[in-house]
Amino acid sequence: MPPLIEQIAGHRVEEHQGAPRVILDEAGWRFMCGALAAGQCTLLGLWGDTGTVHMAVLDQSEAVVLVVSLPCPDGRFPSVGACHPPAVRLERAIRSLFGLEPVGLPDPRPWLDLGFWGIMHPLAAATATTAPSAAYAFLPAEGEGLHQIPVGPVHAGIIEPGHFRFTANGETVVRLEERLGYVHKGIEALMAGATLDKAFRLAGRTSGDSTVAYALAFAHAVEQAWNAQVPARAIHLRALMAELERVANHFGDIGAICNDASFSVMHAQCGILREHTLRTADACFGHRLMMDAVVPGGVALDLSAAGGKSILALLAQIKRTFPKLIELYDNTASLQDRTAATGTLGAALARQFGAGGYVGRASGRAFDARRKPGYAPYDALEFDVPVLQEGDVNSRVWVRIREVEQSLRLIEQIVQRLPAGAILAKLDPAQGRREGLGLVEGFRGDVFAWVCMEDDRVRRCHLRDPSWFQWPLLEAAIEGNIVADFPLCNKSFNCSYSGHDL
Amino acid sequence: MRRILFESLLARPLTEAAPAKDDAVAAELAGHLDRIARRRLGRSLSIREVDAGSCNGCELEIHALNNAFYDLERFGLRFVASPRHADVLLVTGPVTKNMREALRRTYDATPDPKWVVAVGDCAVDGGIFAGSYAVVGAVERVVPVDLHIRGCPPRPTQLLTGLLALLEAM
Repeated sequence: MPPLIEQIAGHRVEEHQGAPRVILDEAGWRFMCGALAAGQCTLLGLWGDTGTVHMAVLDQSEAVVLVVSLPCPDGRFPSVGACHPPAVRLERAIRSLFGLEPVGLPDPRPWLDLGFWGIMHPLAAATATTAPSAAYAFLPAEGEGLHQIPVGPVHAGIIEPGHFRFTANGETVVRLEERLGYVHKGIEALMAGATLDKAFRLAGRTSGDSTVAYALAFAHAVEQAWNAQVPARAIHLRALMAELERVANHFGDIGAICNDASFSVMHAQCGILREHTLRTADACFGHRLMMDAVVPGGVALDLSAAGGKSILALLAQIKRTFPKLIELYDNTASLQDRTAATGTLGAALARQFGAGGYVGRASGRAFDARRKPGYAPYDALEFDVPVLQEGDVNSRVWVRIREVEQSLRLIEQIVQRLPAGAILAKLDPAQGRREGLGLVEGFRGDVFAWVCMEDDRVRRCHLRDPSWFQWPLLEAAIEGNIVADFPLCNKSFNCSYSGHDL
Repeated sequence: MRRILFESLLARPLTEAAPAKDDAVAAELAGHLDRIARRRLGRSLSIREVDAGSCNGCELEIHALNNAFYDLERFGLRFVASPRHADVLLVTGPVTKNMREALRRTYDATPDPKWVVAVGDCAVDGGIFAGSYAVVGAVERVVPVDLHIRGCPPRPTQLLTGLLALLEAM
């Protein structure tokens, strides 16, 4: 079969740098819907713009990203979700934020808009609303002996807010439905017209646990739009930060998953490793989470010789301690009893939804954006992408464990091969409109960023968290499990609320 | 597991000395807190964390307070699962309009006497998200606030300093 780009006819947008963007007619858009439904490509993003919808897909080779757009002057477009379910929530969001109508969308209930903004369609010509919105109708589950358990938005732990509606038969979950949007901050509206300085800070606060990944995806998009070259040292320092972020989050997750099975020794021990990692990041880059350390054009802070040594000391300490914790996890039958065969996600769903990160890789989907489409410096570094097939909580723990080991390999290589030179290139804003995109492997999965710059400002920026394609899968993974195992399943997915809600 | 537990028994504790008192923070509190509360609560506070729209950066650092280095519970401070059990609400985020009602209800569900600590730059004045159609802004526009802890996010030591000041002032 010829590459997807050769199968579609449309006008190629000149100002879109790097990956191609093609403007399609309705027939072309329907062809793309069919290609998604047939599994010939994977949905990366679907977002609105003024009078237009955009879609980003990964072609079958997983090496090429393609953006297609459909002008919709009458405010309507053929629904992608009608034939490809992973698009449904994205289209519900487009409908709520832009007022564009996906014709044929099987679920027209609002998304992100919970009826408290005082306006409708905030990203289009916003109109004031005064009437209270109708009560939200949760999907029905029918049968004898069913009861509902509403949970949230305020949860019992120190976690983000969201609503979960369980329908259970005794202890067994028959249906889980999520309602999200509680932490919607209007990031895309704040981005529109923002200076580069404000925009990269906003990107870095889309999901705080992935601040490096977001800042990097945004920077890649802007650098692509303006054809900017980033110094080699900065490219390596960015990867160093990204791997430190991955390691710190995986430690936190591994401990927290075990804690949700009441195995607090792992939680305490992993918490110590996480704290050491954050302190090293702080000592090297001036911030424990490395916020605002990746900037368009390079990085904000250089790594000193002492910093490099402190990172190697951190690696030595992790290598001393972590294997004992892995052994403890592996040899504790009471813990395995909780994690093995719990919350199973099948490979077919993971593939269909293009599930990124440990969610996909624990269910047989080998995608890792560092490898393919790939970006520097990972093409020159050695690392494996661990993939498991079982798709249960246990597999998601093991993928994280193996990824920590691979990140340690990467960090070691980066520190040893760190090129000398500048850490920041001065960016030259292009005149007029320029567009670009970034696809970066965060700890949770692939973070997608698309920008349209207008002179030196952001005209439009869309950020797509990996959670968009993972949240719906959590609903599938919990089915048939007991209510008491939900925290365990939920933590093993660890989706971002803030990244999803924007 | 026995080996790890045994090593932990023999190892020196990782827990670090408590941070010094912060005079400015303590001063802010003085006007709000009274002797009755001190008598009633002693040196023990139950904290309910409420994310009212944060990017989750603040939550990560609040979590860190429970690790072996900061060990919040040694000060008699602990996180509880329900506002009904809480003395203190630790609120983060620029208060999204979608969370305003939930924050108010959480406050109403917390028994008196109660205190509210606004954590992070967003909770103080909306931070980088101020002005959006989707956020209310400062926490004190929704519920009364007794203490602000700035930072994006505040470091665990800053959080600890603020919470200790709250205890001292009671």
